[in-house]
Amino acid sequence: MNIHEYQAKELFAQFGVAVPKGVAVTSAAEFEGALAKIDTTGGIMVKSQIHAGGRGKGTFTDGFKGGVKFSPTKEKALENAKAMLGNTLVTAQTGPDGRKVQTIYFTEAANLGKRPDGRDDEYYLAILLDRATSFPVIVASTEGGMEIEHVAHHTPEKIFKVQVDPAVGLQAFQARQIAFALGFSGDLFKQCVTLVTKLYQFYWEKDCAMVEVNPLLVTKEGKLLALDAKVSFDDNALFRHPDVVALRDLNEEDAKEIEASKFGLSYIALDGNIACLVNGAGLAMSTMDIIQHFGGSPANFLDVGGGATKDQVTAAFKIILGDANVKGILVNIFGGIMDCNVIATGIIEAVKETGLKLPLVVRLEGNNVEAGKATLAASGLTIVSGDSMADAAQKIVKLVNNK
Amino acid sequence: MSILVKEDTRILVQGITGDFGARHARLSLDYGSQVVAGVTPGKGGQVFEHAGKKVPIFNTVAEAAKQTGATVSAIFVPPPFAADAILECFDADLDLAVAITEGIPVRDMVRAKRAMAGRRTRLIGPNCPGLVTPGRGDKSSGGCRIGIAPGYIHRRGNVGVVSRSGTLTYEAVWQLTCRGKGQSTCVGIGGDPVNGTSHLDVIKLFNDDPETEAIIMIGEIGGNAEVEAARWIKAHCKKPVAGFIAGATAPAGRRMGHAGAVIGGAEDTAAAKIKIFQECGISVAATPSDMADALLRIWKG
Repeated sequence: MNIHEYQAKELFAQFGVAVPKGVAVTSAAEFEGALAKIDTTGGIMVKSQIHAGGRGKGTFTDGFKGGVKFSPTKEKALENAKAMLGNTLVTAQTGPDGRKVQTIYFTEAANLGKRPDGRDDEYYLAILLDRATSFPVIVASTEGGMEIEHVAHHTPEKIFKVQVDPAVGLQAFQARQIAFALGFSGDLFKQCVTLVTKLYQFYWEKDCAMVEVNPLLVTKEGKLLALDAKVSFDDNALFRHPDVVALRDLNEEDAKEIEASKFGLSYIALDGNIACLVNGAGLAMSTMDIIQHFGGSPANFLDVGGGATKDQVTAAFKIILGDANVKGILVNIFGGIMDCNVIATGIIEAVKETGLKLPLVVRLEGNNVEAGKATLAASGLTIVSGDSMADAAQKIVKLVNNK
Repeated sequence: MSILVKEDTRILVQGITGDFGARHARLSLDYGSQVVAGVTPGKGGQVFEHAGKKVPIFNTVAEAAKQTGATVSAIFVPPPFAADAILECFDADLDLAVAITEGIPVRDMVRAKRAMAGRRTRLIGPNCPGLVTPGRGDKSSGGCRIGIAPGYIHRRGNVGVVSRSGTLTYEAVWQLTCRGKGQSTCVGIGGDPVNGTSHLDVIKLFNDDPETEAIIMIGEIGGNAEVEAARWIKAHCKKPVAGFIAGATAPAGRRMGHAGAVIGGAEDTAAAKIKIFQECGISVAATPSDMADALLRIWKG
């Protein structure tokens, strides 16, 4: 689960991680009140709150440039905020449709900018799971303010990593290693050790999947601040963090994916035209792959899980048919334990209930498969049977492409 | 031989009184597997009955192992309590803990995996279908079935199968069985980012197992476990290996059902993994329908 930058910074502040002061609002009527709560003398950052990255370089659908703007005066901040709120921001990560900005975050911008020697004082800090070791890893770099993938590719020597042993947690020497690696000394060194320690505590206690601070910044006054914050949580651990669940913003999620999750279905929309309904995540992924292999284009990932009840199949059909791009459906079920005849009955009822007119190919395999196939054949409905995954994929691709 | 479990392996089931655990304990008993104990804290002394078989229930794993000689646990405990169930297996010095449970918090698994270091217990999973060593009876009955895989699709033979995914494993197994090729052991290592046993761990066991003559390795996007295994195969494996990678069409950054199946960087895409498989001499299946045939192109059985 992802949260907004302003929510991440509120959590940071609770854990003692230094952030610039800011206020988030959702209506233009609140702009003036919000600006009155912060110190605007050194300028204000006006920041569109959407879950996708690349906001600063994004463009709104009406042509307004920049989803994050430095505003030297209150008046300029109001102007920028009005241009952003309710507008749709397209970034490198949103896709062409972009995201509607429904929250504006004003933050104090005093003392930001370059040091007297002209150097950018921006750093990078992230904490995530290292899958190779199954230990949390803290990633730090002196090259803040740019994409870490770019740094990793061009100057890997500028990336410093510390593995945290979960048996004992982050040790003081490790926080010092990071502060040294970033080149800090004196008071900034102490601030860095504190910030890294608190940030790790936040990551661990709140079951984060990833915490990223880019940039971590030194102000002209010599304060170390998390200028941006990107946080995602482990979905499996949300049951023990009701305060985190309360931060979920359904506006940022696909309506069909939300609907699917209510029925225990795992659904992800893609941009093709052949929908698929499959049991098991691995088989669902490979069903998408085989559609593409035979010249088609998958419209979604949909895993109905191990059970695949009639209600789930019906819900899945409704969700699939809610996508106007869908021109055909491939059902691929390996009913190892489930009775294929029960699944066949569920498919027939779902077809009748939704009044399906699109081509439908069903590949059933497994327990009681002959009875299942017979039930489908006797239904009087136009359901094409596939003998194998390859056969079924070729049939649906042909039916859709020849229309 | 086979790997990890044999026909006579004695199994205990943690969570045997829950719907999910009970259902699969019955299916394992029907398959002829030696389910000898159940564990549900607070229900010790009760008996799990199925088809004339009586399986005693214990309060603790240690007690169940001591009383019945069980060496392997199948864990069907709900996610909030599953890591605790795994740690209890380590404490009881079992040979093997197989965690079927889906949805265990990553932090719990990070701690559990750390606690496994220096212990004799091997963990398989979590979020996995378990493992099957097929039997020699009708429809492979009499084998050792731990977890949720359908037993009847198997056939005893000489192909080792390792995969993260359940249904994709069944697909490969069924293709083999339909072509008259049996399996030594089929292992589902699970779809989570932190798991107890990797592709490489299982490949090494297959390489050392005299009954296993050939291997099918099924992977997916995310992480570098398949790549690590492929490089080891190139350097050390004496047996023919076929492979498949799921997720060629998956969009970057999205979790595809399995928590581990997220494309994070250039190295863990399907295309990158397939290229490395080919460089390492693995016969790559072009589609999931082609897994058994990909093996049979390089191994005649």
